[in-house]
Amino acid sequence: MPIETHPVDVLVVGAGGAGLRAAIEAQAAGAKVGLVCKSLLGKAHTVMAEGGVAAAMGHVDPLDKWQTHFRDTMVGGKLLNNPRMAQLHAQEAPDRVRELELWGAVFDRTQDGRILQRPFGGHSHPRLAHVGDRTGLEMIRTLQDRAVSSGIDVFMECTITKVITGANGVAGAFGYWRTTGAPVLFPAKAVVLATGGIGKAYTVTSNSWEYSGDGHALAYDAGAELIDMEFVQFHPTGMVWPPGVKGLLVTEAVRGEGGILRNKDGERFMWKYLPEERRNEYAATDEEAKRWVEAASKGQTSDARRPPELSTRDNVSRAIYTEVKEGRGTPHGGVFLDISYLPADHVRRKLPSMYDQFKELADVDITKGPMEVGPTTHYVMGGIRVDAETGESTVSGLFAAGECAGGMHGANRLGGNSLSDLLVFGARTGAGAAAHAKGRRDQPYVDPVQVSTSERELAAPLERGAGEDPYALQRELQEMMGRLVGIFRVDGDLQEAIGEIAKLRARLPNLAVRGGRVYNPGWNLVFELRNLLIVSEAITRSALQRTESRGAHSRLDFPETDQAGWGDRNGVVRRRADGSMEVATTELPAMSDELRALLGGAH
Amino acid sequence: MTEAHIAHLKVFRGEPGGATRYDEFDVPVEEGMVILDALHWIQGNAAPDLAVRWNCKAAKCGSCSGEVNGKPRLMCKTRISDLDLDEPITVEPMRSFPLVRDLVSDVSWNYEVNKSIQAFTPPAGLPQEEWRWQQQDIERVQEYRKCIECFLCQDVCHVLRNHETEKPFMGPRFLVRTAGLEMHPIDEGDRRGYLKDTGNIGYCNITKCCTEVCPEHIKITDNAIIPLKERVADEFYDPIQWAWRKLRGKPAAGAAGTPLPMLQGGSASDAPAAAKGDKPTSEG
Ligand SMILES: Cc1cc2nc3c(=O)[nH]c(=O)nc-3n(C[C@H](O)[C@H](O)[C@H](O)COP(=O)(O)OP(=O)(O)OC[C@H]3O[C@@H](n4cnc5c(N)ncnc54)[C@H](O)[C@@H]3O)c2cc1C
Ligand code: SF4
Ligand code: SF4
Ligand code: FES
Repeated sequence: MPIETHPVDVLVVGAGGAGLRAAIEAQAAGAKVGLVCKSLLGKAHTVMAEGGVAAAMGHVDPLDKWQTHFRDTMVGGKLLNNPRMAQLHAQEAPDRVRELELWGAVFDRTQDGRILQRPFGGHSHPRLAHVGDRTGLEMIRTLQDRAVSSGIDVFMECTITKVITGANGVAGAFGYWRTTGAPVLFPAKAVVLATGGIGKAYTVTSNSWEYSGDGHALAYDAGAELIDMEFVQFHPTGMVWPPGVKGLLVTEAVRGEGGILRNKDGERFMWKYLPEERRNEYAATDEEAKRWVEAASKGQTSDARRPPELSTRDNVSRAIYTEVKEGRGTPHGGVFLDISYLPADHVRRKLPSMYDQFKELADVDITKGPMEVGPTTHYVMGGIRVDAETGESTVSGLFAAGECAGGMHGANRLGGNSLSDLLVFGARTGAGAAAHAKGRRDQPYVDPVQVSTSERELAAPLERGAGEDPYALQRELQEMMGRLVGIFRVDGDLQEAIGEIAKLRARLPNLAVRGGRVYNPGWNLVFELRNLLIVSEAITRSALQRTESRGAHSRLDFPETDQAGWGDRNGVVRRRADGSMEVATTELPAMSDELRALLGGAH
Repeated sequence: MTEAHIAHLKVFRGEPGGATRYDEFDVPVEEGMVILDALHWIQGNAAPDLAVRWNCKAAKCGSCSGEVNGKPRLMCKTRISDLDLDEPITVEPMRSFPLVRDLVSDVSWNYEVNKSIQAFTPPAGLPQEEWRWQQQDIERVQEYRKCIECFLCQDVCHVLRNHETEKPFMGPRFLVRTAGLEMHPIDEGDRRGYLKDTGNIGYCNITKCCTEVCPEHIKITDNAIIPLKERVADEFYDPIQWAWRKLRGKPAAGAAGTPLPMLQGGSASDAPAAAKGDKPTSEG
């Protein structure tokens, strides 16, 4: 039987913020667009984003300009970001956010009726446009409505398992319907990957089942390069109790609104962990921090400096990890995060979904007592290497945007900079892919051998009869990654992890699942496991290569940042012809003198 | 492990066309466990092919809707400790929609309805720098926009659940969406004709069952449906408006457009009776 086939100009894989924004832009440029997602439309990770979208609109503090946003992003990323991406991001984010309002979004307001902006870790001004703590929902719904009303074809609950390539680069993609198991083919002149992150490589994560690094692995298989894969963000505040919600995110907005971190002895420990060179950016006393919170809660600025809890995520995560490790943790192995000293109705209004989340899932009333929190795997800075202007990868016609693309955030992402990244580079990549499709004279030739191989790989675990259970393999991988490739890394552990990954990979051909093709999660997991093994290996090998500590990557055996040895290079991962993984470095893209000047003393 | 720490789950299984059944599982209960945790335990230990839809596990995405002991619930938000463990816990898919498999229902009809609603329509001439809204002016619209599209309200609404109406009914979720557009401070669209003749708002008899199940606590009936019904009534049934239109020869506001598809029969119609929770949850 011939495979169901949908030819398009631009195929967008992923319907989070990045994929939706890319699809809208490509369609507006005249391309015929297909949009594919593993879940239902509107359920991508973007829907879970809470705190806000960063854009230097200057509504709360007129001193905020793109230049300051650029500087904060680069400093947060420990200067390993692609400077051109950080520049475009800072310059274009305000327009992209305003555009959402034009499409129906309704952000919280300042007293003079404009879009309100809240403070966040690492941002030197109140910068995050938000809707309470459900900003991602507002964003995805707005983009979803825009995409649907502009007539884009959406293929939901459909998984892409292969990017098909030919002599002229990309030729399309192969996948299957999760609801029926039937294969489907999308011949395309350009493919945009917008598949999000990799959190399911770890046990404790804020990410859902979807985050199995599909886009990273699809690109890698197609011959594209990945960069910065050693940089995985462990968010400092995930829930630690009860067990079923361990890892679930507690938004940074809690700290943005004034939340205080304490250990079991009641000590406000973040004072101890502020990096010396940035200490002057933070309050000196509890009293000063309190004044800052009072002003911030009214949407005003004051001469007080920000509380120590608003240090960058990598730093706060290490601090919490250290407190717990040294025996000052809470009964459930976290630390306390307290916002209950503020008026209850204010907390409920600014953090409604956090209030519900703790009340309903942990029996904790956050207006009356502290939360218990600890680090959780949250975001991957590393991703598909792309051109800053167009989002094109190192394979012709293959594009990437959003969390699965690399370069924008360097060694550590600032909160709020992902949602803005999705908008800015989603739009640019959509335009880039549409232009590429338009410029292509040839009709993409879909190699039937690649299609039949993909079909066979897909069917194999169903036909094997007896074999290993994929869930067991996934649990082993996750436990191993958390133990050996977590917040603090060391040579011996990383070597061991590489061995473990090879052993797990050798078991892939024995995976067998029961049941049929219709909505069978065990079967779906087999493809995802393959991808998780690829990204786990890429993370581990890149972490082993970088013999220094920088941003989210902390080596116990190399605790210092080595500016001379590593400050000017990104790690790169690519596939060798024999299928093995090659790890190398590449020089950081050059920074113009103008941009360098903006960094002042930071470089 | 003592008896008190085991939950007995009766889980709906099967595909359309084939025989459906209830499989029983004994699941060890952990502190704070929710129904979705129990289903994941079953997938990982007893039935790897058990179909269940979920994403966020934090009541934010609206994927994991189902019926627990006959009540429409988000399964990631239903605490096992709140249920009576002496009785089996029945877990079923949303019964108003067609079945895909096991606990997964086909909700695609909702996406078709959504497409038919006129999108946000801002005024052409007003520069965006001049859009100034006070927080209190948008609070109501923000309430509608909290919707996570779990479709539990659609599932519980007897108009949709009974599949007996002559014309299609858009359902509470899309009345909420329309209210969010109609009451947006600067939207210029007019969806009253659509509400009356395409969405058939008249079928709603204000039973408030939808409001009761909404996990986002949106006051669907009081804050969205009733104000929309009033707008439609003012436009179409107010004698002064009617006479005025006649006089000026103006058409009724907000043209109706193409009809919606009908919602096809749900899994409720061809499922075997469960020990418990088989009764439609609410009729009144
Ligand atoms: C709980 C939480 C809170 C957050 N809060 C914030 C915040 O306040 N501010 C901020 O800036 N960032 C925040 N982040 C980060 C941010 O939300 C994500 O980085 C961002 O939403 C990723 O968007 P995306 O478009 O790249 O991918 P996603 O939104 O994850 O979308 C990925 C899409 O790809 C699809 N997909 C994946 N694989 C395949 C495949 N093989 N075939 C077909 N489709 C596929 C998925 O179905 C999905 O549609 C948060 C993240 C989490 C988890
Ligand atoms: S009030 Fe009753 S009839 Fe009306 S939409 Fe809600 S559930 Fe349906
Ligand atoms: S209105 Fe409430 S119940 Fe209905 S779909 Fe939205 S969130 Fe769910
Ligand atoms: S899994 Fe997202 S709402 Fe339950």
